[in-house]
Amino acid sequence: MTTLPHLDGAPAEAALDRELKGLIADVLGLDAAQAEAFGPETGLFGHLPELDSMAVAGLLTEMEDRLGIVIEDDDVDGEMLETYGGLLAFARSKLDPPLDPR
Amino acid sequence: MIFTWNIPARDDGLAGEEQVLGFDRGRSVRVLVLPAWFDEANKLRRFTVEVMRRLDSAGIDSLLPDLPGCNESLEPLEQQTLGYWREAAKAAADLLGATHVLAIRAGAMVAPDGLPGWHYAAQSGPKLLRGMIRARTIAAREAGKFETYEGLTTLGREAGLVLGGWSLGPAMISELETAEPALAPGHSDIPQTALGGPGLWLRAEPDEDAGQAESLAVLIAQSLAETAG
Repeated sequence: MTTLPHLDGAPAEAALDRELKGLIADVLGLDAAQAEAFGPETGLFGHLPELDSMAVAGLLTEMEDRLGIVIEDDDVDGEMLETYGGLLAFARSKLDPPLDPR
Repeated sequence: MIFTWNIPARDDGLAGEEQVLGFDRGRSVRVLVLPAWFDEANKLRRFTVEVMRRLDSAGIDSLLPDLPGCNESLEPLEQQTLGYWREAAKAAADLLGATHVLAIRAGAMVAPDGLPGWHYAAQSGPKLLRGMIRARTIAAREAGKFETYEGLTTLGREAGLVLGGWSLGPAMISELETAEPALAPGHSDIPQTALGGPGLWLRAEPDEDAGQAESLAVLIAQSLAETAG
């Protein structure tokens, strides 16, 4: 399991971006290159055929595991899942601040 | 080859009959394979059998029994409990003459502690349950219904739940809320990172990966060689 110790500044931002792309590639069985090419506006839920509700559940559970965050029911909405940028912003908001030692 | 094993009678006094998929050539090392559960069972079935095929080539017998309520079993899944699956796994190990156990994902929660063996990417009950309940809340939301994690958990403890098409009874739900895989003496963990790729249970559809199956079979054969040496 990987955890991100700190989330301040560009290196941490890049690490989170890398982690999240790797995680999406793992969950959806995408090529690393395809995930690497994701930009803020890249569509996720409703755009990637691999991402059905079961896969969304798997994705969120992996995010909890690898990022050390807890995602509540209320956190899950269309906006956070619609684009890669939305998901990245959500992950960032869960990590920073406050940092959760879990 | 496919044959059957007879599970000892439960309270109702009737012995059950379940299927076994085995590479059984009467060799000295016989690995009981306890597969992943529910949705993950489907996603990892081919991988599991591919690992067994490779163990066979390496001169190792392996036996993959259906637990009651799973795969080809005629038993109702909603009547199964973790405790009963533990007993069933132990009974299968005894009846099939297993010398080792390979427990995959949630299967690690019912691995018999009397046999040496391996837990591959062990999954805990709370995580398993969380993923399945979450999939249901997301699907419900898409369908315009609103279900909460807490609401479903409470309902599940009282009346059971259908999660991703799997009908789990109240006892199973309650047990899963706290069940953790425990490494018994002689058991070792094989994490997913040791296989060189993402876990196949993560995929939206069942998939296969010859490289990962080979890695797991090689790790097991090496571990056996070390113990023997």
